[in-house]
Amino acid sequence: MHFNSISEALAMGGYGPYVWSTVGIVIAVLLFLIIHSMTAKKRTLTMLRLEQERADKIALAKQSNDDYQSKPNHN
Amino acid sequence: MWKWLHPYAKAETTYKLCYRLLPYFSWLAVITLVSGSIWGLFYAPSDYQQGDSFRIIYFHVPTAIWSMGAYTSMAICGLIGIVWQIRNAELAVYAIAPVGAAFTFLALISGAIWGKPMWGAWWVWDARLTSELILLFLYLGVIALYNSFEDKRTAARASSILAIVGVINVPIIHYSVEWWNTLHQGASITKLDKPSISPDMLWPLLLNISGFLFVLAALVCLRLANQILINDARRPWVKAMVSEKTNKAEQSKNKATLADKE
Repeated sequence: MHFNSISEALAMGGYGPYVWSTVGIVIAVLLFLIIHSMTAKKRTLTMLRLEQERADKIALAKQSNDDYQSKPNHN
Repeated sequence: MWKWLHPYAKAETTYKLCYRLLPYFSWLAVITLVSGSIWGLFYAPSDYQQGDSFRIIYFHVPTAIWSMGAYTSMAICGLIGIVWQIRNAELAVYAIAPVGAAFTFLALISGAIWGKPMWGAWWVWDARLTSELILLFLYLGVIALYNSFEDKRTAARASSILAIVGVINVPIIHYSVEWWNTLHQGASITKLDKPSISPDMLWPLLLNISGFLFVLAALVCLRLANQILINDARRPWVKAMVSEKTNKAEQSKNKATLADKE
């Protein structure tokens, strides 16, 4: 270990704020990127599922409308 | 000889390859980044001129190197997509761009934080810094261009062309410290003769450089797989995945209602 104590390591020879803010920003950005990339598949599948449900609903509505129209004397 | 490449033109095969490679890249990234960062932050000797502020190098140099490396690979993917019309390469362009942009951002921020105590300024408009900032704008341009087209084939072509044209910036960044007078120091480890950095400082730096490459690779695997999923949304294999998800959701809903009844 280059430093004699933890407080000395945290101080970084007077450059502590600079070094540790860099470490913090790097960790924050990487974490954000990792979480965003890991949840991407879930988001996509949810989006596709909702699209599919919507398409099914439209098809169903169209079908029942067609059935209604094709019946004679519905007025 | 190149026959083994053929199956990867099929999106599903590439999708599976992404998830097969992901654990290797992730674990290598964790191991190299944790050991390299701890070694660099606590065990490497301090610099005789810069004291302990030089430790920012362990984050600044890897992100800067791979901001350019990611851009070059993105441009190569764009070229492959345009010339040979390979859809997976076009998707890779959009998979790489956000990761490259984040790395560029980190290189700029860590450089600014390093510049304040060493140069006395957060930012100077010199060649190295300005060209790296332009790299960030190129990444953002590629992302924005891709998102501004409803038709994703057109989007991929437009952003690929921007990526290819912008690659001229990469050698400019690299040689900026030689071509112009600059505050930024010259190359230390990519020199052809002996690197001008002590081995005690160099080893953790090499660990972190490889670590950030593995992070880049793992994230691109995840994002490319997702792009393939979106692109193949109408194909049977993706539809099967979606309906499986729907079934699971319905099953859990049924279970919940059963539990309520009881």
